Amino acid sequence: MPAVSKGDGMRGLAVFISDIRNCKSKEAEIKRINKELANIRSKFKGDKALDGYSKKKYVCKLLFIFLLGHDIDFGHMEAVNLLSSNKYTEKQIGYLFISVLVNSNSELIRLINNAIKNDLASRNPTFMCLALHCIANVGSREMGEAFAADIPRILVAGDSMDSVKQSAALCLLRLYKASPDLVPMGEWTARVVHLLNDQHMGVVTAAVSLITCLCKKNPDDFKTCISLAVSRLSRIVSSASTDLQDYTYYFVPAPWLSVKLLRLLQCYPPPEDAAVKGRLVECLETVLNKAQEPPKSKKVQHSNAKNAILFETISLIIHYDSEPNLLVRACNQLGQFLQHRETNLRYLALESMCTLASSEFSHEAVKTHIDTVINALKTERDVSVRQRAADLLYAMCDRSNAKQIVSEMLRYLETADYAIREEIVLKVAILAEKYAVDYSWYVDTILNLIRIAGDYVSEEVWYRVLQIVTNRDDVQGYAAKTVFEALQAPACHENMVKVGGYILGEFGNLIAGDPRSSPPVQFSLLHSKFHLCSVATRALLLSTYIKFINLFPETKATIQGVLRAGSQLRNADVELQQRAVEYLTLSSVASTDVLATVLEEMPPFPERESSILAKLKRKKGPGAGSALDDSRRDPSSNDINGGAHGTGSAGHYSFLTSTCTFLQSTPSPSADLLGLRAAPPPAAPPATSGAGNLLVDVFSDGPAAIASLFVCKNNGVLFENQLLQIGVKSEFRQNLGRMYLFYGNKTSVQFQNFSPTTKRVAAQVDGGAQVQQVLNIECLRDFLTPPLLSVRFRYGGAPQSLTLKLPVTINKFFQPTEMAAQDFFQRWKQLSLPQQEAQKIFKANHPMDAEVTKAKLLGFGSALLDNVDPNPENFVGAGIIQTKALQVGCLLRLEPNAQAQMYRLTLRTSKEPVSRHLCELLAQQF
Amino acid sequence: MIKFFLMVNKQGQTRLSKYYEHVEINKRTLLETEVIKSCLSRSSEQCSFIEFKDFKLIYRQYAALFIVVGVNDTENEMAIYEFIHNFVEVLDEYFSRVVSLMIMFNLDKVHIILDEMVLNGCIVETNRARILAPLLILDKMSES
Repeated sequence: MPAVSKGDGMRGLAVFISDIRNCKSKEAEIKRINKELANIRSKFKGDKALDGYSKKKYVCKLLFIFLLGHDIDFGHMEAVNLLSSNKYTEKQIGYLFISVLVNSNSELIRLINNAIKNDLASRNPTFMCLALHCIANVGSREMGEAFAADIPRILVAGDSMDSVKQSAALCLLRLYKASPDLVPMGEWTARVVHLLNDQHMGVVTAAVSLITCLCKKNPDDFKTCISLAVSRLSRIVSSASTDLQDYTYYFVPAPWLSVKLLRLLQCYPPPEDAAVKGRLVECLETVLNKAQEPPKSKKVQHSNAKNAILFETISLIIHYDSEPNLLVRACNQLGQFLQHRETNLRYLALESMCTLASSEFSHEAVKTHIDTVINALKTERDVSVRQRAADLLYAMCDRSNAKQIVSEMLRYLETADYAIREEIVLKVAILAEKYAVDYSWYVDTILNLIRIAGDYVSEEVWYRVLQIVTNRDDVQGYAAKTVFEALQAPACHENMVKVGGYILGEFGNLIAGDPRSSPPVQFSLLHSKFHLCSVATRALLLSTYIKFINLFPETKATIQGVLRAGSQLRNADVELQQRAVEYLTLSSVASTDVLATVLEEMPPFPERESSILAKLKRKKGPGAGSALDDSRRDPSSNDINGGAHGTGSAGHYSFLTSTCTFLQSTPSPSADLLGLRAAPPPAAPPATSGAGNLLVDVFSDGPAAIASLFVCKNNGVLFENQLLQIGVKSEFRQNLGRMYLFYGNKTSVQFQNFSPTTKRVAAQVDGGAQVQQVLNIECLRDFLTPPLLSVRFRYGGAPQSLTLKLPVTINKFFQPTEMAAQDFFQRWKQLSLPQQEAQKIFKANHPMDAEVTKAKLLGFGSALLDNVDPNPENFVGAGIIQTKALQVGCLLRLEPNAQAQMYRLTLRTSKEPVSRHLCELLAQQF
Repeated sequence: MIKFFLMVNKQGQTRLSKYYEHVEINKRTLLETEVIKSCLSRSSEQCSFIEFKDFKLIYRQYAALFIVVGVNDTENEMAIYEFIHNFVEVLDEYFSRVVSLMIMFNLDKVHIILDEMVLNGCIVETNRARILAPLLILDKMSES
């Protein structure tokens, strides 16, 4: 096959390639390749020195084999040898092989560098270009170190050839991206900017890429590029297409360069200089005008190139966001594209318009295209175009069109592609919440979502509707009625059962007056779904049932019957079984008062960022929620939860909810099932003594000493005297924690009016009985003093009161962080301000055992880092303290001195009080 | 920035691949398979841009050959789309009517052309004559 290979056809290579092409199977191909590899290997190893041509031929074959997807593990040396050849073709193959196959940490780099150095010094432009391409392609640090100083010089040297300048510009770009520290700014920077004025368009094209990258990091150094770029752009845009050397592509002058210049300008705000700005606006207008002119060619290439510039121009206009006139023109232009027959244009127009929608100047103009966009959502054949249409609808949504957009998106959801359903669900949920004028519309929308695309409604969505219904009492009755109706459908989605179960359990009483939805009807409706549901839903329904017993005493007997049934009490699932047992006992043991307290309506949820929005952002990356974050467009927007306030706690921790379960610790067959794992066993009731002594007891116990015991552990006995024992069990994750307090009555007499903290746990604690309290803790910001727990009760007529520090210290919110020695020291150095460090030297109070120390440090919450400190005796740890408001990075180092029985502890954190506090807390532990 | 430049035939065989960011060789094969799969599954009514993982694919089909360019979000889709065509026209001029067979037999030449046009993930030269200049010198040298 002679004709196909041009130039100095390497006959052997052509034959080999034909062989490969003729292989009928993968096996045959591999066989042929292995044969060839063996041949090349023997040639390379042979005694006879190969001439340049054969070396080139074999290296070329290896390259071809590599490109077919086979790994190559030899031949590198031969390729490096080719670099020093004087023949261009041999050198070129050598560089090609190295660019494609040598990775940046190869041992051959030094040899390669040597060859490159020679070529750079050769003053032969073709050789110089090859060498520069190679540096740009490999771009390793070692190469950077060798050449970073030379390349700027070559780039701005007056006598460098154009093609060398081009290569040098992009080579420098690569080195700067890989290791910016190797490329110091200097007097060459000003001259680089002037390359924008270079006569040669290719040099300008390359230079713009370099400048765009450099100016992002050093915007001030490169400010002069704005006016140069504008004048260059203006010369291209306005000139007749003939005088642009050969950079005109189908009658469009230098399309790629124009696009790049427009991109560069997007790195800066609008030009301050009025003349420059005027010239630029003129350019932008010219581009918009040209779009309306009849095309100079019917060829699609012509319009494609023209449109590439047009889209980039519109991007720049949107970026400036300051010229209402241009923004509206841009919007109209995109509006034309929305109905263009080319799918590519429709796609790009939708995408571009999406950003246009967030500008206050063009938002209204974008809204006028709503019907076209809705039509696109319905009729486009390409899913990616439909997705863009959905994005645009989401972006252009505001109070005036929310109902229309939401209903269109709901309709689309019925036929939407599976891949984008979840996203559409999230968007509908967010829009419905954001622009809800009346909450019944919101509830309807979410229930419709569940009905249409239940599988794609994530937890966040239905949690949110529950939060909103709980927090807004004006919608509760409507919500109860609507879910009740929705549940009557013969087949309804499990998420509907969840929402229905929760809402009826809380607010079913609001519709109980209607005989069609009387309590027994509500119950049997829910229970008819029970058997079809998953464990989680059943567990939720069981809670609904116990709430029903409180709301509707008339259903008690029926529900107790359900709970008592073997399928519940002996359910294989622990959670269901526990709920059934507990609820059954609760309903039979507790008085109506207790029941009413325990099963009180849920308190309003604290306000925080909508979890749905957070999820959408996660899905789409930053900026996806922009339409919603953009509050400036709609300052009056009242969030649906506007009325509900956060916990507003004055302290630095908030107790979100305080629920309790009444536990009987008298020996009973079910005791083990109650999750009483860590409860301290009730001690034998001692003889009672006078009340006066008790109070002394409480305070002589030194709560501080006890609290320090909990710094490194989470479970134990917090307090104990003759009357009462308080056990604690806690768990922490990030900035949240949950603490179980177990109050054990050690006497045989009932405590009355028992009230720890502000919330009554239980009115009485029977002799020998135990009450459990659950505290949910959220760390809002760093704090020094732990929260206080005050417990009051009456024992034998005498009031008792005690105040304890809860074992919550800042280190509980530690997240351990693993890092390598290098990172550790780098961060250590970053925290070098004197106030960021706290240090303490102290005597050991306990035997100095490395294992115990390790356990304590781990218990403290930080990660222990091995192989960081050069002295293996020392301990080094790192972690992040998570609070709602901020995160505090902490590094610690503990140096034991066994001889002196002393320790030195050093803490460095980004916050001064935290360093000191942690240091004090931890120092007490050794 | 351009992340990679691929020429793949309808059978899914890679004819040319050029990466502007280091990718392990075993991952390349996997990536190329996925890329060609997502291009082949599209009809001519669909647009030429595909969101793919964290970047965008821009592709054009020439007979049985797909040219696929992976870019990040700093590139202008239309400009890249037309750049592919410019590349093909350059090949066409050099080989006087390019067919996919020629690309296989002249892989080194195609690489040179691509290197002249794209360096380091940036478009560096778009003028046909200048792109081909080094190659023509090369051919002259080997003929003489």
